[in-house]
Amino acid sequence: MLRRTLLGDVWLVFARVMLPVLRNPVAVIFGLSQPLLYLGLFGPLLGDGGWQWFVPGLLVQLALFGTAYAGFSLLPEVRTGVLERLRVTPVSRVALLVGRVGKDVVLLVVQGLLIVLAATLFGFRASPGEVLLGLGLVALLGVAIGSASYAIALKAKLEYVFASVLSATIVPLMLLSGVLLPMSNGPKWLYWLSRANPLAHVVDAERSIFNAGSVLLGLVSATALVLIGVFYGVRTFNRESA
Amino acid sequence: MIKARGLARRFTTKFGPVEAVRGVDVDVAEGELVGFLGPNGAGKSTTLRMLTTLLRPTAGEAIIAGHDLLTDPAGVRRNIGYVGQKNGSGADQRVRDELEFQGRFYGMSRTQARRKAADLIERFDLQGTENRLAVTLSGGQQRRLDIAMGLLHNPRLLFLDEPSTGLDPQSRRNLWDHIKQLRADGTTVFLTTHYLDEADFLSDRLLVIDHGLIVGEGSPDELKNRVSGDLVVLGTPQAAVVATKFSNAAVDGEKVSFRIPNGDRALPSLLRDLDRIGVELHSVQVHRPTLDDVFLTMTGRSLREDASAA
Repeated sequence: MLRRTLLGDVWLVFARVMLPVLRNPVAVIFGLSQPLLYLGLFGPLLGDGGWQWFVPGLLVQLALFGTAYAGFSLLPEVRTGVLERLRVTPVSRVALLVGRVGKDVVLLVVQGLLIVLAATLFGFRASPGEVLLGLGLVALLGVAIGSASYAIALKAKLEYVFASVLSATIVPLMLLSGVLLPMSNGPKWLYWLSRANPLAHVVDAERSIFNAGSVLLGLVSATALVLIGVFYGVRTFNRESA
Repeated sequence: MIKARGLARRFTTKFGPVEAVRGVDVDVAEGELVGFLGPNGAGKSTTLRMLTTLLRPTAGEAIIAGHDLLTDPAGVRRNIGYVGQKNGSGADQRVRDELEFQGRFYGMSRTQARRKAADLIERFDLQGTENRLAVTLSGGQQRRLDIAMGLLHNPRLLFLDEPSTGLDPQSRRNLWDHIKQLRADGTTVFLTTHYLDEADFLSDRLLVIDHGLIVGEGSPDELKNRVSGDLVVLGTPQAAVVATKFSNAAVDGEKVSFRIPNGDRALPSLLRDLDRIGVELHSVQVHRPTLDDVFLTMTGRSLREDASAA
């Protein structure tokens, strides 16, 4: 028997959920269709110079939509006895969450990279350093939202409950983040409402990365979201009867 | 192998607290195959979930496979195997992968896990399914895969929760053979069931639970011997007349049933006596006591009725 470590457990859980994806990567490609449509059919409406502003927001949108739905993959494993079986093995319950989130974030980063490459065809320009930083921030956001998504799915237990919780939260988060149009275009109250949305600061930071601006507030927002999301996720996964 | 004292679990629901298990003592010796019998909702699964660290007891204590349930649940988890009521294989996972990962979750190296998985695939007649997705297996195959996963790390103690539920008779019989074999190989097995024939066929010893309390314990034969006498059922238009002759008789239309000791031997002279007083008989049946009778005597209700009503 090998010595167990938390990192080893995370790796095993990650490998178990990653394997089916690697064997059947079609789903990952389909996950790209929505951002690609935005890129091709919405981006050109923004006119010259719009790409540098729009693509970073699109990456944040990808992180939001790509990981918020992650919890759906857990529900069948709760309904059958899969999660229960794993919970009786000595694998750390934290690893059961983190390994899964790890898979979602890896896929997110790969998708983000493909979006950036596709965007350069339209005229988007970024240095490798900027891309690295930009995808790093997107990954942070993915960790936060993915963890929360699994925890909420565990609590919701039923697909239709989970789906309505998602649509009730994701749509306002997205509309108030300014990914599609600048929030400063609207009335003051809408702008100030958007300032209360941590995602809006992440979007601003993502834009700053590709346009040489301040990243600090967005980085703080994203880190806070990670702490909250992971804390909530780990707590929910550790709860014995969840 | 299992020593539990006063295990209890209270659930808080919208309608107030529910005492699912009200303090049970469980003792299982090494190498035993113990059946935990009770109707649906009696507290079987809740007890099992407490013994396997899935649910924290609200009272009581237990030592499982040498580790304290409350202070060292990780130690318990390392040393037991658990096969839940529902299928434990991921729908999008291949059979061989699930087995190998299960071994590695218990700290086996890749080579060890692979070798053990191959052994179990052969032992549980899963050859040819290695590269199939778990979701494509038949019910019997899935169940055997579940048990194989529970055995990957060679646990000395295996918990099975309702192992044969939902299986066709043939797969059920096949599963029973596999479970008997486990015991023959020295594994201690603790299984829950609400099927009397399963409890009868498999168990060395039975614990009977009802309303969250243990109401009986013993080997299937010991338990059956507690029921006084065999059940005799006579079909006759004069059922009421016959019923007056036996203190414990029950009439159901043109049928009368009662219990007498050694029914098979007592029957010939009994029939002659009835003939003499002019009772006309259509049919005669003698039943040895079943576990259902045991259950009826202990709890006042039939396990069969309960199981079919559930």
